Amino acid sequence: MSRKLPKKDVVIIGLGWTGSIIANELTDESLDVIAIERGPWRDTPTDFPVNYMQDELRYHIRHELFLRPDQTTFTFRNKMSQTALPIRTWGAFMPPNGVGGGGVHWNAETWRFLPSDFVLKTHLTERYGAAFLPDDMTIQDWGVTYNDLEPHYDQFEYLCGTSGTAGNLNGQIQPGGNPFEGPRSRPYPNPAQKQGFGHTLYGKAAQELGYKPFPQPSGNMSQAYTNPLGLRMGQCTYCGFCEWFGCGNYSKASPQTTILPVLIRKPNFSVRDNAEVTRINLDRSGKRATGVTFVDTSGEEWEQPADLVILAAFSIFNVQLLMLSKIGQPYDPIANTGVIGRNFTHQTMSSVDGFFDKSKFNFNPFIASGAIGMVIDEFNGDNFDHSPLGFVGGGYLAYGQTNGRPITTTPTPPDTPKWGAQWKQAVRDNYLSTISGADVHGSMYSYRDVYLDLDPIYKDRFGRPLMRMTIDFHDNELKAAAYLTDKLDGIVKAMGANQTHKKPRKGPYDITTYQTTHLNGGAVMGADPKTSAINRYLQSWDVPNLFVMGASAFPQNAGYNPTGTVAALAFWSAAAIREQYLKNPGPLVHA
Amino acid sequence: MTLRRREFLAGSALLLLSASSSRAALLSGQLPWLPDAGSSPVQVRPGPWVYFTSDEGRAVEALADRIIPPDPKTPGGKDAGCAIYVDRQLAGPYGHNEGHFVQPPFMHGTKQQGAQSAKGPAQDYRDGLAALDKYCQAKYSGKRFPDLSDADKDALLKGIESGSIKLDPADGESFFKQVLKDIQAGFFADPLYGGNRDMVAWKMIGYPGARYNYLDWIERHNERYPLPPVGITGSAAWSPKT
Repeated sequence: MSRKLPKKDVVIIGLGWTGSIIANELTDESLDVIAIERGPWRDTPTDFPVNYMQDELRYHIRHELFLRPDQTTFTFRNKMSQTALPIRTWGAFMPPNGVGGGGVHWNAETWRFLPSDFVLKTHLTERYGAAFLPDDMTIQDWGVTYNDLEPHYDQFEYLCGTSGTAGNLNGQIQPGGNPFEGPRSRPYPNPAQKQGFGHTLYGKAAQELGYKPFPQPSGNMSQAYTNPLGLRMGQCTYCGFCEWFGCGNYSKASPQTTILPVLIRKPNFSVRDNAEVTRINLDRSGKRATGVTFVDTSGEEWEQPADLVILAAFSIFNVQLLMLSKIGQPYDPIANTGVIGRNFTHQTMSSVDGFFDKSKFNFNPFIASGAIGMVIDEFNGDNFDHSPLGFVGGGYLAYGQTNGRPITTTPTPPDTPKWGAQWKQAVRDNYLSTISGADVHGSMYSYRDVYLDLDPIYKDRFGRPLMRMTIDFHDNELKAAAYLTDKLDGIVKAMGANQTHKKPRKGPYDITTYQTTHLNGGAVMGADPKTSAINRYLQSWDVPNLFVMGASAFPQNAGYNPTGTVAALAFWSAAAIREQYLKNPGPLVHA
Repeated sequence: MTLRRREFLAGSALLLLSASSSRAALLSGQLPWLPDAGSSPVQVRPGPWVYFTSDEGRAVEALADRIIPPDPKTPGGKDAGCAIYVDRQLAGPYGHNEGHFVQPPFMHGTKQQGAQSAKGPAQDYRDGLAALDKYCQAKYSGKRFPDLSDADKDALLKGIESGSIKLDPADGESFFKQVLKDIQAGFFADPLYGGNRDMVAWKMIGYPGARYNYLDWIERHNERYPLPPVGITGSAAWSPKT
């Protein structure tokens, strides 16, 4: 039997980026808010202090700050005909855990999606005709537009102190920025970060080839910054320990640096850490959430009643909790019915290594930040004519090498043995004169046979079924990867590389090789409850006092990092709750 | 859904054993603060093997010196401490798959589905080294791996790497991959873990180590960074000479 706690106005499941954003917004409405977080409280001086944070083995290789698969994991298969097997240790992605979520150990690449990304199906159909899209591709419009989200992208960038160069200010194209971006209402709050030798060389080479390179928008501070909540951040020191690591220098935007010190001091906010929500409780009608049930570390089960439930866990756990709580119709890929688990996507990453003459080039790869780098956007989304190419989608092409940490970043030319004297000499000869961070950050569109459901065999430590991922690359994405990697290779060659090693993403999808932690979809937003789990305000179609944050809302993935859009959606949803829902609790959209 | 009591208890026991000092708490009002709440790393000390038997340790030292052979400028894997590193890692959480998902059933899957083994790296080394020893003694008239010539060692390892030599009953190919990964990680990890002694690997490539501020250097393009490496525990140059 679970013990019942006093009722709250709002319970938030998960205290990462979206949980922190929405908690701060709703406490401003004087609501009594509690967040329940599966992992521990984390903070700068205790969990990643400057005196020992620079530890590649502990934080990256041994995954110190991440979820542990023995807490919970997923099963994986490429095809519906296979038996899915559990991911026993992380590979293709690394799920976060603990207060701050992925915001603790992200690189802080802070992107906006293109205006056409939000109306993708309509846009592509109008431009190329419906027959141009593969039959089994299930992309759809988001139900929300870039213009709806612009003020909220802006809110997030000012919260974070994002460093960047505007490319489109109120419709005016700006020199040095991304000419393809949607119009922004004001410049970035901070100027772009400084760039290292390799990044600068990549920008020059791209320009000479006729592209329009621009600095990557970065949540690493280019200068000291005080955010609208009054929290102060320090200038990034380019230490090269960003992704997988927490920032010991208060230089990376995270819930810890931008929200939590203010939020935790509010008398109407509290958080339970090390407590895992096991289900969202519904009343007898099944149409109203009454709160959540969670388990603490001593194994005790508790019920936290609340009027409003915000599901703000990592994307795939949102989907799992909806399924386990029997909210929404589970997706059936054969009958093509249901929505929970539908349109699951990841990313299509490719890369190029460039080997340079060591007597002429010294890149100091260890001098870098998480979101440093120069980028071109000519081959992203629908910024280029796809009609002769036979695929849709794209990605940004960047040289954004984030580190020279030697366990993982000691590249050798492709013909080098993997060990022995020759390998040792090649590592010695190439470390300072090689670039290994030129990437294609490719989109992954959604397909009928790429989805999530509950595994029939494997269970977590509470006896609940694991999420089963069925995912493979489709020809469309592999064609795009080959085409974009060739373009990237052209830029790396123009930088002056003696030799390049092209690594276009190839199938089958491999769970052991890291791509990104950008898992999306499974509880997507949209205008039609037959093809979406939540409406344009992230409100559940089935349970109107439940809102579902996060990248699980993406109907398909764009060729960018997701956090900017995830956070903009959280602010957009929070505004709808504050301005509409609280006045008249009930469905905000009538389908 | 009601949690099944038995499975639930098993789960929470596991959690208590594996999670560090984490206990559920209700936090509000101020940033929680405890003195010494962080967990600083524990430095590996030289000394006898902790996990390996002396024969196993000798074999891993020999392997380390073929994977990273000594040369006039930089010591090999053995003198860099890579075998000590592997020994201490196998004796710790890594050795017995701590934190990994180890629930049965263990089924054979595709390469893309990743390793599906109940055994942790510690047992993999025990089995792999025993199979290597058995193979060497049979093939090289009673000689053990460390006693082979360098040329014989290299030929044998190349055969295992390519799968042309089998180390029955162990899976030689994946064992060699694991050894390769661990020895090289030990060579490049912070010296506090027992390898990369005196930061020899970092000096070899020009990596300045656990530094925290390159603000003065971000725009000094195409210049060699001049300072020697430092580790998390500091640098010999920082200690006063006695």
